[in-house]
Amino acid sequence: MTITKSDSSDTSRLERPSNKPTAALDFGMAWDYAPAPEAPDHVRIDPKYGLFIGGRWVTPRSGKFFPTISPSTEQVLAEVAEANAQDVDDAVKAAREAYDKYWSKMRGADRAKYIFRIARAIQEKARELAIVESMNGGKPIKESRDVDVPLAAAHFFYHAGWADKLDYAFQGRRYRSLGVAGQIIPWNFPLLMAAWKLAPALACGNTVVLKPAETTPLTALLLAKIIEEAELPPGVVNIVTGAGETGFALVNHPDVNKIAFTGSTGVGKKIQRAIAGTTKRLTLELGGKAANVVFADAPIDQAVDGIVNGIYFNQGHVCCAGSRLLVEESVHDVIVRKLRDRMATLRLGDPLDKNTDVGAINSKAQLARIQELVAAGEAEGCERYSAPCQLPEKGFWFAPTFFTGASMSSRVAREEIFGPVLTIMTFRTPDEAVEKANNTMYGLSAGVWTDKGAKIFYMATKLKAGVIWGNTFNKFDPTSPFGGYKESGFGREGGRQGLSAYVEVE
Amino acid sequence: MEPKTKTRASAADTAERESSAPPPTRTGDAPIMKPYDAAKIDTRVRVNKAYKMFVNGAFVRSESGRYFQVKNAPEQEDADPETVNVPRGSRKDVRDAVLAAKNAWHGWEKRTAYNRGQILYRLAEVMESRRPELTQSLVRGGQTDAQAAAEVDASIDRVVFYAGFADKFFALLASSNPVAGPHFNFSVPEPMGTIGVVAPDRPALLGLVSTILPVVTGGNTVVALAGERDPRTAIVWSECIATSDMPAGVINILTGHAKELSTHFAKHREVIGIDAWIVDADLRKAVEADGADNVKRVKTHVPMDPEAWTDDRKAQGLGWIERFLETKTVWHPVGL
Repeated sequence: MTITKSDSSDTSRLERPSNKPTAALDFGMAWDYAPAPEAPDHVRIDPKYGLFIGGRWVTPRSGKFFPTISPSTEQVLAEVAEANAQDVDDAVKAAREAYDKYWSKMRGADRAKYIFRIARAIQEKARELAIVESMNGGKPIKESRDVDVPLAAAHFFYHAGWADKLDYAFQGRRYRSLGVAGQIIPWNFPLLMAAWKLAPALACGNTVVLKPAETTPLTALLLAKIIEEAELPPGVVNIVTGAGETGFALVNHPDVNKIAFTGSTGVGKKIQRAIAGTTKRLTLELGGKAANVVFADAPIDQAVDGIVNGIYFNQGHVCCAGSRLLVEESVHDVIVRKLRDRMATLRLGDPLDKNTDVGAINSKAQLARIQELVAAGEAEGCERYSAPCQLPEKGFWFAPTFFTGASMSSRVAREEIFGPVLTIMTFRTPDEAVEKANNTMYGLSAGVWTDKGAKIFYMATKLKAGVIWGNTFNKFDPTSPFGGYKESGFGREGGRQGLSAYVEVE
Repeated sequence: MEPKTKTRASAADTAERESSAPPPTRTGDAPIMKPYDAAKIDTRVRVNKAYKMFVNGAFVRSESGRYFQVKNAPEQEDADPETVNVPRGSRKDVRDAVLAAKNAWHGWEKRTAYNRGQILYRLAEVMESRRPELTQSLVRGGQTDAQAAAEVDASIDRVVFYAGFADKFFALLASSNPVAGPHFNFSVPEPMGTIGVVAPDRPALLGLVSTILPVVTGGNTVVALAGERDPRTAIVWSECIATSDMPAGVINILTGHAKELSTHFAKHREVIGIDAWIVDADLRKAVEADGADNVKRVKTHVPMDPEAWTDDRKAQGLGWIERFLETKTVWHPVGL
């Protein structure tokens, strides 16, 4: 979106960030929209959810439940079961039985039809799922409605078709399913991550015990309901809710053949260490600190929108977020000015409002983490700019923010903040950009903005990351393999390549 | 003929200075001299070879100054003394070799696949011309003449196999992905970086070739620890590499003890993947656990039977290359 017509070649003025947008954007009250909330009255959330094990809803053996809230209002939405090691054991047993009895014996074509059913049901319940996702996770409804839920359906639809075509996927090589997969997913894309994990596992003939994130269990439980209604054989998918302890009970269970984890690099390392000495297979989708590289010859207005999408999409709770902006020195000031103007138009507030661009931070703990790192950035002498938004009183909020004047060694330039906080640095030559972009332990994604095709491919070859976005950012598709280099994890999700995570080849 | 020495630890294949294993024998303890054959006074005195590790294209001793000893199989003393000293690599040697491999990677991954294939094929040519030497080394290491010849042949053929794979695996693993939107999207395999290989003890040559070749074919560089039973053959093979067109540092070969060095491979942050063929289950576990420090791609294996390595279906293929490749996916909008 082009906001101003200011001259992009005007680099003579060295600007200092201020909290005021430039005059071009001073529209007074003209930017105030009337509230447009998505009505949640259609949605039914049960007051209490048990565990989905062996095709039935069961009370946890732990006897414990914990509240799950809306991070935008802090209201309790439901009580959710806390699975202990015994519950996890029940779930694994159910998954093993389902694997032995049904799923490993079923024709691929029939497995496919069950997975197609799930895809269709997600489409049918799309509105409900989107609303619950926004209520429980805090993300803007326009994102859950237009990104999370349609992509979740697409992942099931895509992988369903693989179930009877695996012979083609592995080109004459012998392969077999793994058995029981334990899957642990994060809170940033709760339903979508469940789809990323379940769909390929089921298509390849495995049965699953899935643990949703502690703060966002509700859409996974609605998905369990869909799976129940799709009449999958009991135990093929089991869903156990809980926190880290539940996850480690699953990781350490001796009868699990495969662990798939998406989450922080710290926890990923613990899991990798925990399964040392076992025959469990592992894929990890971990953190990131993606470089978004903008050359002076880039279409600047498009790039600015790409920068905003790269870091403020989903409040920056995105492992592949473009959190390190590397701009060619000659356009630094122009980009900073245009970015500030663009950020002034971002609407922060009620996740259920269809006009909202930036929703709530997922949890109090995550907000504290963001605040800590931002304070560290200020203490290190980086210059902070935060968009001038009114933060609601209830709930967890953080205004879109960026730092200028950061060095490569600043904490805000090295550590994953997982919030709406961008760190802006400069470079002079393409090789310096490459050097800086790759100077990180992570390697999940990167962005490049330039009008020159050869430069895109040069950068795409040099950047050490699993996904490279050229003149775009934060695009996802089930046909497109996603996953990291280095400490961003290993294994891919999506595409033909993603199937390898759920079969033993040769 | 020169005087021969014999250590008291003659029953063991190897003896080492720092060994704590009983009985406490040390080389340097009073040697048992063989009777000197005065009748051979006119025979030419043989020049013995000092065996060194292969790091960054050069032959080096261990920086630690340590060594261990390897003995010839009985009746195989014609070319080497009965006992030879082999460097016992240290943690610092691992680090030096990793640095060399890391520096070599930038050039190696940048080469065209065609060029990499030709360099690998050149290695096969050099090995072919050194067949007698490689065979003799394996025999000294305890193989029969027939076994050794078969192993060398299989090793050369394996190098040729990968030489021809260098410009083909890409097309088999890459894809163009039909995303639901106005974007061009493709995925390509890319090498990971520096890979550590802990080679199986047996087969001394074929095991080393079979584990290293697929890794470098994919564009990675390697630091390998040769098997302990016959490290000499690994060094003879290094001489093939040194006289081929392989750039310095792409393949580095250390000798020493897997028990001591494996976890140093696993802990090193510049090593991005490990392929370890280790008998000891506890050591395999330690390597897997230590590798988690930097989310290494750790592949550990119980070593296959020595015979299995000659089976092409079991010991070579696309999967061997794929294990140490990343998938990179690139998106770009399509539009006017």
